[in-house]
Amino acid sequence: MNNRVAEKLSILADAAKYDVSCSSSGSKRKNENKGLGNAEGMGICHAYTEDGRCVSLLKILLTNHCIFDCAYCVSRKSNDVKRAAFTVEEVVDLTMSFYRRNYIEGLFLSSGIFSSPDYTMERLVRIAKKLRTEENFNGYIHLKAIPGASDELLKEAGLYADRLSVNIEMPTQESLALLAPDKKQEDVIKPMTYLKNEIIANKEEKTLFKKAPLFAPAGQSTQMVVGATPENDFQILKLSDAFYKGMNLKRVYYSGYVPISNDNRLPAIGTPVPMVRENRLYQADWLMRFYGFGVDELVSVDDPHLDMQIDPKLSWALKNLDQFPVDINKADLDLLKRIPGIGVQSAHKIWEARKFNKLSWDHLKKFNIAANRAKYFIQNKVTDLVQKDYTPQQIKNFILAQSESKYIANHSPQLQLF
Amino acid sequence: MTTLVYDGTFEGFLSAVFDQYYYKFEAPQVVKEKDFQQNIFAQHHTVVTNAVHSKRVWEGLQKKLSNEATEQLYQTFLSELPGIENTLLQYIQYAFDSTAAIETDYSHAAVLTVQQTAKKVWREKHRMEAFVRFQQTADNLYYAIIEPDYDVLPLIAPHFKTRYQDQLWLIYDSKRQYGIYYDGTAVSQVQMSFSDEAGGTGKNIKAVYDEKEEVYQQLWQLYFKSVNIPARKNTKLHLQHMPARYWKYLPEKKPHP
Repeated sequence: MNNRVAEKLSILADAAKYDVSCSSSGSKRKNENKGLGNAEGMGICHAYTEDGRCVSLLKILLTNHCIFDCAYCVSRKSNDVKRAAFTVEEVVDLTMSFYRRNYIEGLFLSSGIFSSPDYTMERLVRIAKKLRTEENFNGYIHLKAIPGASDELLKEAGLYADRLSVNIEMPTQESLALLAPDKKQEDVIKPMTYLKNEIIANKEEKTLFKKAPLFAPAGQSTQMVVGATPENDFQILKLSDAFYKGMNLKRVYYSGYVPISNDNRLPAIGTPVPMVRENRLYQADWLMRFYGFGVDELVSVDDPHLDMQIDPKLSWALKNLDQFPVDINKADLDLLKRIPGIGVQSAHKIWEARKFNKLSWDHLKKFNIAANRAKYFIQNKVTDLVQKDYTPQQIKNFILAQSESKYIANHSPQLQLF
Repeated sequence: MTTLVYDGTFEGFLSAVFDQYYYKFEAPQVVKEKDFQQNIFAQHHTVVTNAVHSKRVWEGLQKKLSNEATEQLYQTFLSELPGIENTLLQYIQYAFDSTAAIETDYSHAAVLTVQQTAKKVWREKHRMEAFVRFQQTADNLYYAIIEPDYDVLPLIAPHFKTRYQDQLWLIYDSKRQYGIYYDGTAVSQVQMSFSDEAGGTGKNIKAVYDEKEEVYQQLWQLYFKSVNIPARKNTKLHLQHMPARYWKYLPEKKPHP
């Protein structure tokens, strides 16, 4: 281990950081034969970057040499950056040594496309295979499925990896054609479809034969860059919904575009990263996955943008005031989850506790709900709350006046608190 | 009021619960030996830790409650919060007095406190599973120091045992002065007091640690620096996830060499 490895690590970690996926959860891999590592159960963030993102995996590119020229990517062919490439042994050693020290949950390995998709994919697979078969490593491995790689290589990748991902990057074919002339949307959809079918087939096989090998037990995910191109939230969320339903994806990640280029097809360097929008998209995504919301309840053709001032659940509630106020002692669980300021866990708590006692507003406040928001949506006959017929705009103003946006510092170029 | 004084162990606490049911003291207060202050006007009772008694109470609870709920009682006990024994006693009395399981009756103050405290302890356990940083010593032991808010070593032991089966390791709680040690087969509790000099501060790293240890720590620091995106800087969020009190033992948060 020497300075050369250090230099490679700084180049190839830097080049990989715009892929925002960090998850290490959802796998079923156990530590068998007294090996190293375990990827069962929930993920762990071992550290957080200064921008507050989770560091769970050693996320690196095998190389940032690339034959493609995608305008939004730092590793694009025409960009004048230092290039580097790890050897198989170097990646294996870094992964094992970091894992042994409890720095990471595992490896997230991606790569620029060098030579050909198969050539690149074969190198990624070789590293995963060495970790699994020679090092007896049972930690988490996330591999990029390189668009254009053969089905055989994708299949082999699935045998060693916990999760695979192919990034759609641009929400529409038009944007992809504009910014990534070497790529087509179908290049992404094809491997995704192949993996979906293999994952389903493996699940069926597993129910028949317990000893059947794992195939990407943590499923597949994808990423969309947000704010580089003109797509609205309706287009983005519709596509996510299609991925969740049609491709069985575990996660869709939204990556607010960080300006890295003077290319006039893209936002100029210095343009703020659209962090609020990214956050709202994640909130909407959560509502779709955990709160039972349909995508059409959140955005529509006529109303294609999420409200940047307030979260999408509150926004939905204000548009549907006829469903409120809710009687927390009677409403079913699905409706409890839709009350602004009450999360999934609090909803379950209310649902359980009311079997013993009639719940009052005072009980609720002790459950650590966001009372500031919830109080406008809960029927309350017994306590200090006065229920009035406010308009949606009034409620929104009350709530905004009481809460300070966590993004204010990021919005103002003059005010740098830290 | 009667103060029940016990030895500070979980078994001791369960024995105190047994004694309370046996003697039926008025307004019982359960206190650890080390926190007990003698008061000539108040009565006190010294609990003798008794394996048979504690087992009877524990098995009684297991009949009344789910595994999750009894686990919550243990986690809450490990919080070591002042007076938490009394909350646990109220919970246990409520459980024994009821025919049905009461663990989800969050309108009951003790049940809610136990649920919320267990959650805090669980979060601390999860943080320690994240923030333990092993350092490899010259004789091949992977060694880590932590100072958790709550006494979570018993809770994290299974996680580390499953994960690190092919290396010897030791995690030491410098606040409570004991550790858990894996010898290649089993995990055991070890009592010791380490001087800070040889341990986590990294001052004498070359003397105690394997020659490669420093290299990997530097590579990790470098990695941590490289994955940051300055254009997205968000110190508030960073501190919320990685509170400064944990930085002492994190190589990535040490000043760069």
